[in-house]
Amino acid sequence: MSDTTATSHVGNQPRPYRRRVPILWWVRRRSYLLFVAREVSSVFVAWFVVFLLLLVRAVLSGEDAYRRFLDWTANPFVLALNVVALLFVLLHAVTWFNLAPQAMVVKVRGRRLPPVLIAAAHFGAWAVVSAVVAWIVLG
Amino acid sequence: MARSITMQVARYRPDREAEPTMQSYDVPLRKDWAILDGLNHIKDELDGTLSYRWSCRMGICGSCGMTVNGEPKLTCATFLTDYAPGPVRVEPLRNFPVVRDLVVDIGDFMAKLSVVQPWIIRKDEETPDGEYLQTPAELEDYKQFSMCINCMLCYSACPIYGLNEHFLGPAAIALAQRYNLDSRDQGSADRMDALSASTGVWDCTYVGECSTACPKNVDPAGAIQRYKLTAATETLKSFLMPRGGR
Ligand code: SF4
Ligand code: FES
Repeated sequence: MSDTTATSHVGNQPRPYRRRVPILWWVRRRSYLLFVAREVSSVFVAWFVVFLLLLVRAVLSGEDAYRRFLDWTANPFVLALNVVALLFVLLHAVTWFNLAPQAMVVKVRGRRLPPVLIAAAHFGAWAVVSAVVAWIVLG
Repeated sequence: MARSITMQVARYRPDREAEPTMQSYDVPLRKDWAILDGLNHIKDELDGTLSYRWSCRMGICGSCGMTVNGEPKLTCATFLTDYAPGPVRVEPLRNFPVVRDLVVDIGDFMAKLSVVQPWIIRKDEETPDGEYLQTPAELEDYKQFSMCINCMLCYSACPIYGLNEHFLGPAAIALAQRYNLDSRDQGSADRMDALSASTGVWDCTYVGECSTACPKNVDPAGAIQRYKLTAATETLKSFLMPRGGR
């Protein structure tokens, strides 16, 4: 590739060029953006865990503490945070269940079940569990 | 239709410049010409110093992968007319060090391939008299993953690999699965360490771009997610039954 005059590179070794990954690489494509959003969603999942623990603590500490907790959640800032968190958690859940058929290959009598069916089963189970929880909480 | 199209081609001559520059060439815009034909025209008629890799011209050898208008593509299977009126940008595959012009250093991928031992491993001492037989259904289990042509478009599309070159990467994992899922193979335990290491499947956070980029529908992202489930199950098994053999 090089003749004898082209020896400006170190020790006659070729000098490969390494392109740096731009800091904003993830805004370039929708799929990259979605991926970063899903990564960020884990923070909100963690927030909901903390929120749940706070709720349990409030319930355990009696009527007064529970009321104070409810007042605190009615605060616009907390409300907004929870709405955003819910959206991210939904994104997390939906992408997770869409991934399930990729990871699971289920065979029934030697035939591979269509991926849509596996995803549908997961979404179905999610709906049932949510309905049961809603029934317990609201009922 | 216009008679010619401008190709902006990345040039990098390590003896002359510190980083790649773009050079424009006008090439005939013909209906049956792929990007690669345009490059061959440049090389033969306009500028013999241009370097790039290719061989089969029919999507089989996997050596002509480049970045076309920002997307990883096989240049022999991507047509100039799809980019008319142009210009069309041709750059080397992303995420690999550039040796010269459009040629990248594929050493890292080659090393990773051998790590997953992509061949049939048998534990029996003797070779049988005939072939190891296999039913069409058993062939179907791994056939998709055997279509890989080692073109590395998936590595080029993968931001995780771009950020962390230690990641084993899509094609190597898909090829490991090609053998793991082969009924004649007995080597999945041998491949497990490399696959379930932190630089193996767990580095993947499912961007899914590898499967989008793959020209052979190998679906490496699917292969990786499937192995995650396998690895998790194996870990659980060895936890519950510490003495059970793998
Ligand atoms: S998995 Fe697809 S994109 Fe990756 S090397 Fe194989 S054929 Fe190319
Ligand atoms: S030249 Fe062989 S795949 Fe394109």
